[in-house]
Amino acid sequence: MTETAAHTTGSFTPPTRFAVPGRIEVDGAAAGTWQTATLTEIRRETHRASTFRFAVPGWAGHLPGQHLMLRLTAEDGYVAQRHYSLASAPDDSGHIELTLDHVEDGEVSGWFHTVARPGDRIEVRGPLSGFFAWPGDRPALLLGAGSGVVPLMSMVRHHRALGLTVPLRLLVSARTPGELIYARELGTETTPVFTRGAPAGTPVGRMTTAHLAPLLAEAPAGGWEAYVCGSNSFAEHASRLLVAAGQPVDRIRIERFG
Amino acid sequence: MNTTRGFTGRPRAARPGLPPGQYDAGDDWPVLSAEVTPDVSPADWTFRVSGLVAEPRTWDWAGAHRLPASAYSGDIHCVTGWSKFGVRFGGVSLDTFLEAARPLPSATHAVAYSHTGYTANLPLADLTGGRAWIVREYDGQPLAPEHGGPARLVVPHLYFWKSVKWIAGLELLDHDEPGFWEQNGYHARGNPWEEQRYSGD
Ligand SMILES: Cc1cc2nc3c(=O)[nH]c(=O)nc-3n(C[C@H](O)[C@H](O)[C@H](O)COP(=O)(O)OP(=O)(O)OC[C@H]3O[C@@H](n4cnc5c(N)ncnc54)[C@H](O)[C@@H]3O)c2cc1C
Repeated sequence: MTETAAHTTGSFTPPTRFAVPGRIEVDGAAAGTWQTATLTEIRRETHRASTFRFAVPGWAGHLPGQHLMLRLTAEDGYVAQRHYSLASAPDDSGHIELTLDHVEDGEVSGWFHTVARPGDRIEVRGPLSGFFAWPGDRPALLLGAGSGVVPLMSMVRHHRALGLTVPLRLLVSARTPGELIYARELGTETTPVFTRGAPAGTPVGRMTTAHLAPLLAEAPAGGWEAYVCGSNSFAEHASRLLVAAGQPVDRIRIERFG
Repeated sequence: MNTTRGFTGRPRAARPGLPPGQYDAGDDWPVLSAEVTPDVSPADWTFRVSGLVAEPRTWDWAGAHRLPASAYSGDIHCVTGWSKFGVRFGGVSLDTFLEAARPLPSATHAVAYSHTGYTANLPLADLTGGRAWIVREYDGQPLAPEHGGPARLVVPHLYFWKSVKWIAGLELLDHDEPGFWEQNGYHARGNPWEEQRYSGD
């Protein structure tokens, strides 16, 4: 291994395979400021997930794939904060949408699903993190499971809203058709995979190489940028499938919900 | 204070040792790496200390094992909000590696890098004085790959993204140079007690 001279000039690049570079510069001021978000609408997606629409007049705008930090404050000053992906496509309306799973005994998602109503005010800061962002430039292969489809849906919506022609495919896993978030909105770009139950004739089971093979076979020139989002166990499984199918590791971006 | 209508939160006892804005994850240990978990076996693993040092050094797995063992028992804090109490990591104090490589007086910062290419920047002062380790065991067992095994850096007094998984080396510099998350909007130092999460904090 050769010594690098980088410690005195220029920037240091590790002598290892280069990790996935970030996609965009992040606005530190927007990321650092808490803003009031007013709940304007609640839409049910499945029996466990709902979409919450907020007016955030000072919203700096975001790219699909980014997330925000949200906080709820109790009377005694106790604060609970969590990260949520932006579900809505970027637009200039000063509104954003989040889609939350109702986690059993969840402190924050429980408040949203049982107490929240239009007019309620909460606080958000963001958008955060440029790593999982998709500006709509490179062909994108999206793999999600459960609420992991949320940031990917922002990408699908962005693609549609701008009428982009860059290829985009979504492979999404849900337990059953009834638990597939955004089912009505998904189109020909989407292949659903059902892990627990489906109508007769539709296969049931985990995502496999067989689901990925046709998508990788139709890879556009320059290849896919892969975005994987969901629980850690899904992220591990799906990213291994991608690597096994030949997707380069430095073209795989992973957002784990923990 | 902007209180949220009808929000009481989970019943809570003041938890000493919990930094502001954090919650106790209990037995959970969430995984939040942004890249594919690499397949690094102990036989492939090396750890290098280079840059502004008198003697650049590289250790392999057996070489690192010959160094005196050192353990960390205590708490860890992740920028996404969870903290984990009473964890036990086993490995070697980073001081031992640094003493062998002998940092030059001009060295003020370091970039810790992973076998995946992931990086994090740290002031040298946060890596010395018994506050940082290269660990290979968690709770007496080999460290799992998704948690950074075979070996990772642990700097428990800073947010855990600084504790680079699959650690490959440390490059000592005379200036601060943002690492992977730091280029993606995260704070340069990441002190949980001052809630230094994002670059604006
Ligand atoms: C980058 C990112 C983006 C995300 N995007 C989304 C998204 O778009 N949609 C979405 O639905 N989720 C998303 N998540 C997950 C989200 O941040 C929350 O983790 C999730 O909503 C659960 O929060 P909660 O407060 O409802 O549950 P928590 O109260 O955190 O509970 C989670 C689980 O842990 C247990 N638990 C935790 N703490 C305690 C405690 N002190 N005592 C007892 N039990 C406890 C609970 O019983 C429950 O089973 C995202 C996460 C990340 C990191």
